[in-house]
Amino acid sequence: MAWTGKILRVNLTSGSVKQEALNMDWAQTYLGQRGLATKYLVEEIDPKCDPLGPDNKLIMATGPLTGTMASTGGRYSVICKSPLTGCVACSNSGGFIGAELKNAGWDMIIFEGKSKKPVYLYVENDKAELLPADKIWGTSVWATDEWLHKKHQDPALRIAAVGRSAENGCLYSAVINDLHRAAGRSGVGTVMASKNLKAVAVRGTAGVGNIKDPKRFMQATTEAKQVLAENAVTGQGLPTYGTQVLMNVINEIGALPTRNMREVQFEGAHKISAEAMAEPRKSDGKANLTTNAGCFGCTIACGRISTIDRTHFTIENKPQYWGNSGGLEYEAAWAMGTDTGIDDLDAVTYANFICNEDGMDPITFGATVAAAMELYEAGVIGDKETGGIAFKFGNAQALAKAAEMVATGEGFGKDLALGSKKLCEKYGRPELSMTVKGQEFPAYDPRGIQGMGLAYATSNRGACHLRGYTVASEVLGIPEKTDPLVTDGKAGLVKAFQDATAAFDSSGLCIFTSFAWTLENVAPQLDAACAGGWSPERLAEVGERIWNMEREFNLEAGMKASDDTLPKRLTTEKANTGPAEGKVNGLSAMLPEYYELRGWSKDGKPTDKTRQRLGL
Amino acid sequence: MLRSLHITPEKCTGCLQCEMACSFENEGVFNPAKSRIKVFTFHEEGRFVPYTCTQCAEAWCMQACPVEAIVVNAATGSKDVLEDVCVGCKVCTIACPFGTVNYNQATGKVIKCDLCGGDPACATACPTEAITYIDSDMTGYERMRAWASKTDTAASA
Repeated sequence: MAWTGKILRVNLTSGSVKQEALNMDWAQTYLGQRGLATKYLVEEIDPKCDPLGPDNKLIMATGPLTGTMASTGGRYSVICKSPLTGCVACSNSGGFIGAELKNAGWDMIIFEGKSKKPVYLYVENDKAELLPADKIWGTSVWATDEWLHKKHQDPALRIAAVGRSAENGCLYSAVINDLHRAAGRSGVGTVMASKNLKAVAVRGTAGVGNIKDPKRFMQATTEAKQVLAENAVTGQGLPTYGTQVLMNVINEIGALPTRNMREVQFEGAHKISAEAMAEPRKSDGKANLTTNAGCFGCTIACGRISTIDRTHFTIENKPQYWGNSGGLEYEAAWAMGTDTGIDDLDAVTYANFICNEDGMDPITFGATVAAAMELYEAGVIGDKETGGIAFKFGNAQALAKAAEMVATGEGFGKDLALGSKKLCEKYGRPELSMTVKGQEFPAYDPRGIQGMGLAYATSNRGACHLRGYTVASEVLGIPEKTDPLVTDGKAGLVKAFQDATAAFDSSGLCIFTSFAWTLENVAPQLDAACAGGWSPERLAEVGERIWNMEREFNLEAGMKASDDTLPKRLTTEKANTGPAEGKVNGLSAMLPEYYELRGWSKDGKPTDKTRQRLGL
Repeated sequence: MLRSLHITPEKCTGCLQCEMACSFENEGVFNPAKSRIKVFTFHEEGRFVPYTCTQCAEAWCMQACPVEAIVVNAATGSKDVLEDVCVGCKVCTIACPFGTVNYNQATGKVIKCDLCGGDPACATACPTEAITYIDSDMTGYERMRAWASKTDTAASA
C-alpha cells in the first residue's frame, strides 16, 4: 500500500474539514504527489479560472514513499494553477512537514474556496480544524512559526506558512516549511495567501506502517542507500559542498548566465561559490557554512546551514539574523549573485534569509532584480521609480534593500513583486525579461548547455531546471556524457529526463537522488512498498502520462505552442566568452523532433493516438 | 564484551533515519514519535544532537520502579522494560535524570532503548556514523585518537 488512502478536504469558504477516500485507481495510474495531485487538480478546477480567485484549488500532497525509510523519503509538493505563469504549478519541498503529514495519516490536503478571515489549518492525526490566524496575518514565516509553536506548546509541530510577500500579492511567493525549506516556484505561496490561509501546522504520531512487503522494502531501501553513498556526487560532492558545488563548474564551461543573461561567465563566481562558503572569514574566523543538514530521511544531506558575518552591513544592527539559518543553494546564489553581478557572499546570504523569512522564490526574485538592474542601467527606470536606490549590476546594497522591500511590499518592492515579465512589460521593454511562460530561468545558460534550452522552452511550469535536468548528462555525464554544445539527440534526452523526473516527483523521493539512481533503483523500493507491480518501464510511462496531463491542462488554460520558446537574447545574442563563445541556443533545431517524439501534433497538442496510448 | 551506543553529534545531519529505524524495529511502523532515540535540532547554533539511554550501570529507572518491571539484560547490559509487568506509573520517567524513559500513551507502558537486543537499528541506519555501537570500555578512544594525532612525535625523535 504505502498510501494512507485518506485525503483531507478543506473548504475555506464554508469552513468545513472533511475526510475522504483516496481514489486508488488514480493512485495506480498517477502514483502520488505531483502526478496524483495534478490529476485531482485538472479534474476539479476550470483551467481558465483566476489563479488568485476562490475557484483555484491548492493541494499539498505526499508520495507513497514519503515518511518511510527510503532515502530522501520526506518530500511533498504544493500543486495549483500558477499566478505567475497561468500554467500548472507544482513545487516540491523537503524538510519535515511532508513526512509529518503522512505520519498523521494523510496522503494529501485539498484546499478549496477562500476564507473570509485569515485562518490556519491545525492537524493532529485524525483531528483537523481551521483556527483564526488574525494574530499572525501580517507577520513573517519565521514569526508565524514561533507563534504556532508557542500557542500549541508543541516543539515537534511541523509548520508550512506564507510570509508577508504572499499576503501583499507578490507573484512568486513560496510556501516555506520548517523555516527554510521551500515549495519555491511559480507562486504557490501567493495562491495560498489569496485564500486567506496563513499556515498549516501538523503533528503526526500514527506512523507509516502499511508497507506491502516490509522485509523486501528494508532490503531495497538499504541497497539503494548504498548506491547513494558510493556515488561521487551524492556520497561526497553534495554533502560537502551542497548544490553550490556547481558554481565554479558551470562558470568554467561558460554556461553561467551573468547580469541578466547578457554574459555566460562571471568573474566573481569564486567569491560566492561553495569553496567561498567554507573559507574562514577575517572578522571572526568562522566560515559562512556551519554544517550540512539533511531533510527527513535523507542520507545525502546537501542542505546548508550558514551564518552571516555579524560585522556585515546587512546585519550589523540586526541581532535577529546573527544565528544560523538556511544557507545558499546553487540556484539562489546564482540568481541573487551571478545574475545581478554581485559577488558579496554575505549580502547574497542575507537576501536568501529574507526570501526564507518572508517566503519569496529566490530564483525569480534574483532574476527580477537583475532585470530591474538592466532597466536601470539602460535609463528606462531611474531613482524616481526605485526610491533613490541605484539598481546597478553589482550593487549589494540594492539587493539587500530589494529583498526587504519585496518582503514587506513597500516602495519599488511593489514593482519587483510582479516578476520580471510584468515588470519589463510595465516599463516597455518586455524583451529584457529572461523568462519562459512568465517564469524566470535558473542557473544554466542554454547557449552553453543546448539541451537545457529545449527543457526550458517545453517545461510545463515555465523556465525551470527541475523538469528535465539534462545538465546531468551534458555536463556531469549522468547517466552518460553528451556534448553540451550540440543540439543533436537532445530532443530524446529532454523527453527521457522529463518523464523520469515526473515519476521521481510523484514517489515521495528527492530528484537529487537521480545523480546516482535511475528508475531502476526507484522501482524496487516502490514495488516493495506499494500494491500494483512497479517496474522502471511502468514508472517511465506514468511519468509520460503526467507530462501529457500537465501539457493538456496548460493548453486548455490558454497556452499555445508558440509559448514553447526562449527569450530572443538566448537565440540571437551569442555567448561572448568561454567554451560556448559564438553560440546561441538552437531551439528551432530541437523542437520539431521533440514534438514528434512526444507524439504531439505540429501545434504541440498530444494526438488522439498518444492520448489513447497513455490512457488520457 | 559489552557494547555501548556512541554518539558523535558533529557528524549528525538531522535526517532522522535513526528514529525511523528505531520505531520500525520496535513498533513495526516508521514513526519518529515512537522512537527511543531522538535527534534534537539547535537551529540557531546549526547543531543536531541524537540522544538516547546510556544504560547506566546502576540505573535510576530500575531502582525507582516499584514493580521491578525494569531488568538488566545480561547479554547486552541494557536495562529492559518488561511490558507485561510495567503498570505505567511513570515513576521511572521522573527518576531518569536524562529523560530517556518515556510514557507511551498507546500502550499505557513506558518505552526506552533496549539496544535492540544487541544489534541496535539506529546505529545500522545512521548514514554518517554519528551513531555507532562500540566496545563500552573504548568510547573515549576516538577522541583520544584525535588528540594523539596532534602530538608532534617526529620532532622529538
